[in-house]
Amino acid sequence: MTPDRATPRSGGRLMDLVPHLILMLGVLVFAFPIYVTVIGSTWDAATIGRGNLPLTPGGEMLNNYASAWSESQGNRVMHTPVRIMMWNSLVMALVIALGKIAISIISAYAVAFFRFPLRMVFFWMIFITLMLPVEVRIIPTYEVVANLGLIDSYAGLTVPLIASATATLLFRQFFLTIPDELVEAAKIDGAGALRFFVDVVLPLSRTNIAALFVILFIYGWNQYLWPLLITNSADMETVVIGITKMIGNGEAATDWNLIMATTVLAMLPPVAVVVLMQRWFVKGLVDSEK
Amino acid sequence: MQRRVIFDNRALPYLLLAPQVAVTLVFFIWPAAQALWQSVHLQDAFGLRSQFVGFENFAAVLSDPNYLQTVETTIVFSVSVTVLSLASALGLAVLADSKIRAAAAYKTLLIWPYALAPAVAAVLWMFIFNPDIGILGRALNDLGYAWDYRLNDGQALTMVILAASWKQVSYNFIFFLAGLQAIPRSVLEAASIDGAGAVRRFWTITFPLLSPTTFFLLVVDVVYAFFETFGTIHALTHGGPGKATETLIFRVYQDGVVNHDLGGSSAQSVILMVIVIALTAIQFRFVERKVHYS
Repeated sequence: MTPDRATPRSGGRLMDLVPHLILMLGVLVFAFPIYVTVIGSTWDAATIGRGNLPLTPGGEMLNNYASAWSESQGNRVMHTPVRIMMWNSLVMALVIALGKIAISIISAYAVAFFRFPLRMVFFWMIFITLMLPVEVRIIPTYEVVANLGLIDSYAGLTVPLIASATATLLFRQFFLTIPDELVEAAKIDGAGALRFFVDVVLPLSRTNIAALFVILFIYGWNQYLWPLLITNSADMETVVIGITKMIGNGEAATDWNLIMATTVLAMLPPVAVVVLMQRWFVKGLVDSEK
Repeated sequence: MQRRVIFDNRALPYLLLAPQVAVTLVFFIWPAAQALWQSVHLQDAFGLRSQFVGFENFAAVLSDPNYLQTVETTIVFSVSVTVLSLASALGLAVLADSKIRAAAAYKTLLIWPYALAPAVAAVLWMFIFNPDIGILGRALNDLGYAWDYRLNDGQALTMVILAASWKQVSYNFIFFLAGLQAIPRSVLEAASIDGAGAVRRFWTITFPLLSPTTFFLLVVDVVYAFFETFGTIHALTHGGPGKATETLIFRVYQDGVVNHDLGGSSAQSVILMVIVIALTAIQFRFVERKVHYS
């Protein structure tokens, strides 16, 4: 249980095994529920409902995924086809991630590279949003969105979540490290503020943008309370909400096979993004919270 | 706080700020102001008229035994989730950071659960611990232990605590790992040469040097347990059985959306805002001392 990196001497073979065993146990605790879910998605509803789910794959995989993906009717419950819900989740995650990055990078640029009246007022106003997670002001924000007629729309799902103090602060911090000489050189060359932004600042920010994208994509994909309030029609449901709606009150006699297939599909995009972009994402996560 | 060389342009900075400021005003400042306004007003059943009532809504909320019960549940829940996820993440991070074979593989295998939604984590736990279909849920019952988190208060709370902690471990793990990698090896080696064993090195060097990370994570985890676990609870227990797993944020939703008690719900929102602002302020005071902004 203790760090052992400074001592080259080892305390015997058994002691060397203990860290591996603990780490493997940790990995197992995280992997086991996923394994069971993947296995469950290859069996029929009756086998799962009886509570005798084997730990080896069954033969219903293609049926289950095809049915969950495109049909709206299982054997026992109705559901929105997963392809529609996945599309909604994808739109939501992409618009939130790209939108947050876009409006944050330009506002950070304004705060860092210009001096103008009320600059600090704006800065603090953005900063305050850091303190108000959407969950806290959920009912009044819902009312604003309802009054604007944005219920059941992509705009209602995404725009209220698009302001980002964290991203703005991250970009601003990074912009403050861009050397003055670079700005001076650009000015001597006759480049204006916009030209400098496009030709110098954007390319320099690539890594930061990629890292933020991963974090914000996952943030958007995993939203729960907000889409729960904003979407009423089945066509606008996101996939995370869809899963819990399919489960309902969790009786044994439900389409567990389809629910498990849907869960696997719902996990795939964010997990893929994290695994494929691991290095950027870890760096970005740690940097953005500094 | 300020660059030396800047651009001169009158209108451009305002244009660049406009989208962010517009969204902030419409969807953050205005609703927050609304919550404040509603929290000191009483609306009639049709929402047509409202009357200024001062702190009556707050008094009503804070003297409601149900609310105080919810506060207690929230504290038990948040403290458990924070301690559990911090402790297991620290243990795993320390091991994965040591000179061990396949450390990179362990890291990847422990990082990916970050991608799961809290509600999805809850659903995965349901697949395992559901008393009818879950492998472990059935096993517990077969062993003679009456396990049904849908009926038993304590079991329900245990279930949401475990599912919520499970999901947060990877986040803490990532930060602890980064914190551990920032500790100079030479310090640990010096201590080792001086004869300090692994346990002693951990408590006298590693743990104190990790304290900024730990403190940061403490605040993040409390905020997570307060707000983001709405999905976990909604998916797993719906706050039940009874109100056994109802946390503060779940109750805001319940009172505002389900029961349409705007004044009470707003007063609760304001209380939550105060808690969040206090937490953030504590965090920033701490960060200010540690990090130097030029």
